Amino acid sequence: MALVDERAHGHHEAHHHEEPGFWTKYVFSQDHKVIGIQYGFTALIFLLFGFTLMMMMRWSLAYPNQPIPLVGGLFKATGGIIVPEFYNQLGAMHGTIMVFLGIVPLAVGAFGNYLVPLQIGAPDMAFPKLNMASYWSYFVGGVVMLASFFAPGGAAQSGWTSYPPLSDIAPSGQTMWLFGMLFLIISSVLGSTNFIVTIIQLRAPGLTWMRLPFFVWAQFVTSFLLLLAFPALQAAAILQMMDRLAHTSFFLPSGLVVSGQQLAVSGGGSPLLWQHLFWFLAHPEVYVLILPAFGIIAEVIANNTRKPLWGYRSMVWAITFLGFMSFIVWAHHMFMTGMGTIMSTFFQTTTMIISIPSVIVLTALIISLWGASIRYTVPMLFALAFLPMFAIGGLTGLPLGLAPTDIHLHDTYYVIGHFHYVVAPGTIFAMFAGIYYWFPKLTGRSMSTTLGHLHFWPSFLFINGIFMPMFIQGMAGVSRRLYDGGASYSHAQGVLHWNTFMSASAWLLGLAQIPFILNLFWSMWKGKKVGSNPWEATTLEWAATTSPPLAHGNFTVIPTAVRGPYDYSLPGAPQDFVPQHQEG
Amino acid sequence: MDIPYNVEPRPDTGLYNAKLGIWLFLASEVMLFGALFSSYVLLRTGAPAGTWHHGREFLNVPLATLNTIILIASSVTMVMSWASLKLNDFKKFRLYLGVTFLCGVGFLAIKAIEYSTKFHHGYFPKSNTFLAIYFTLTGLHVLHVIGGMIVNGYFAGPGAKMWRTEPERFTNRIEVAGLYWHFVDLVWIFLFPTLYLL
Repeated sequence: MALVDERAHGHHEAHHHEEPGFWTKYVFSQDHKVIGIQYGFTALIFLLFGFTLMMMMRWSLAYPNQPIPLVGGLFKATGGIIVPEFYNQLGAMHGTIMVFLGIVPLAVGAFGNYLVPLQIGAPDMAFPKLNMASYWSYFVGGVVMLASFFAPGGAAQSGWTSYPPLSDIAPSGQTMWLFGMLFLIISSVLGSTNFIVTIIQLRAPGLTWMRLPFFVWAQFVTSFLLLLAFPALQAAAILQMMDRLAHTSFFLPSGLVVSGQQLAVSGGGSPLLWQHLFWFLAHPEVYVLILPAFGIIAEVIANNTRKPLWGYRSMVWAITFLGFMSFIVWAHHMFMTGMGTIMSTFFQTTTMIISIPSVIVLTALIISLWGASIRYTVPMLFALAFLPMFAIGGLTGLPLGLAPTDIHLHDTYYVIGHFHYVVAPGTIFAMFAGIYYWFPKLTGRSMSTTLGHLHFWPSFLFINGIFMPMFIQGMAGVSRRLYDGGASYSHAQGVLHWNTFMSASAWLLGLAQIPFILNLFWSMWKGKKVGSNPWEATTLEWAATTSPPLAHGNFTVIPTAVRGPYDYSLPGAPQDFVPQHQEG
Repeated sequence: MDIPYNVEPRPDTGLYNAKLGIWLFLASEVMLFGALFSSYVLLRTGAPAGTWHHGREFLNVPLATLNTIILIASSVTMVMSWASLKLNDFKKFRLYLGVTFLCGVGFLAIKAIEYSTKFHHGYFPKSNTFLAIYFTLTGLHVLHVIGGMIVNGYFAGPGAKMWRTEPERFTNRIEVAGLYWHFVDLVWIFLFPTLYLL
């Protein structure tokens, strides 16, 4: 402690000399707060873009082979009609953009970057230069992905999973997808290394592991998943790149016939190898999507219930266990590949086991509400909506984790409904909760509550309007991959009328985001000014710094933590919250 | 405000930041090469009987043995260069790091001879799945060698200025670069038997 202070003062003068210029301050910044905001804005733009792709897909699903209004002029060649090839591009890129360019960068890059150093009482991330490199690598990856729409033959169109052999023989947009992915993987390796080192090394004095806010724990486990799971996709991407550019046959079996012609390759490869490598990343990736959301929801709930989290320790152990388990469940995505009953049994068993920690976290969060005098703030509304929505997403996953039921449900809209309940009204609602909750931290102003309600209630309604009917369609056996929403299949006719309902819900959900966008920008300049700790929170990012925080070093004096993260409503305390660094 | 534990180790973890960082990065690298090795194993065991080509049909074992010796030697000199800094002997540090760099050059030269012989004989990645995995794994390893040589070259050359201003931090940097270099060496020690001998 004394040592840190001394060095801080010793270097005080040196820092005054280097007043950074525009470029180093706002563009090539090494400050975790600026990088967090850069990540946040870039990711929000990508989320909006990915959402727009989906709104276009929903047109084709509801009104197949009809010219799309408003944006139809963009593709005159087909008279504004979304042809199947283009629909495939929209689908593949919607998934890729939402997962790799939207949610993960927002949840980890933005929230993690901005908040972790503040919550653990650190002056910055451990490696500021790597942090900057991580953002710019992500940015380049995003640009490559977007540019792939202009590649000959269009963007990647083999699904976000890029299954070979289709992806091996797809047009050149797929190569750009692979290059973009390599940049994103580099970004994530740099970022996750940085997070882990920061959390292990830079915790303030007294901030022991069980005094860390749950959000920090969630980011910690997430970083390990990113660090150790992403390389498998990197390996897979390298092999697919070799297949596409050096004409190897890693994923091409012998005797593959394409358009009536046998492919002139050496063969001997295995398409299933890609699936194993891909899902070795992509299942932990699912937990990368949900763990930061757990973290945000836990912070918002503790603050708005004015109570300590119920079962904080079990929640921490649950997500640690979940992190380990997430590496041995991947093949439950592959029950239909004929990998054998022994493999299927193993992976169903691990899948059933991994549902337990999620249930522990969710249960702890629900019990935390018990007997509380809840503050129904806008972030709390999103957090409260998260609980049942994530529960629906999680529970509908169980039939998919069991091979017998999965055989019927596999590749239907049921699957789409399941994981969108987890990531859309689940994770994205958590992201909104986080934005409303921490906005005063970034700006010193609060977001408008009226616009917040205008955002929340319609969003809550319409998002269910999109995804709930998917379970019905899925159980009727409608495939998720059809550009016409099943119109050409007789078994889909009975549930076809839901398509217009879901599409209308999707477009209305789009309209419901307008109050949020207005609120975000209006509040930055015109929002009500609030103090440093408007929510009367206990964790260090609110309690020990100003809002917005100091530009350099975050803290005037590095605080010493003397208590756990959620000392709300402590008996005998003068207020209903006691900051982590405040002596009893 | 400077970032704590950039140079001195944190008492309760016993590590400075970069040392923890490189170990985590290497863990990630283990997963990368692990995934590729697993792919190799799966492709090879999954091939129909009698169709798999073996490394000894194409590869030059004596040259690869020489390369193994060179890389192991370079790991030794890498440690010596770090130890020389610990003993405050900058001249010897530069000598040993220079030798490490030259070993890297030697490794690449021999690899280039091997590659060009293969191409000369018409063996390309697309020829068969063994050659595909051979070129992928060794190519990726070569990229790692080049990366390590850039780092080592920088510290032996322009980066060495730091020794005069922050000797302890510079010594740490060499230790971190060394950990990476040993990893690159270790990968080759796995590649050599699995590709050339088995």
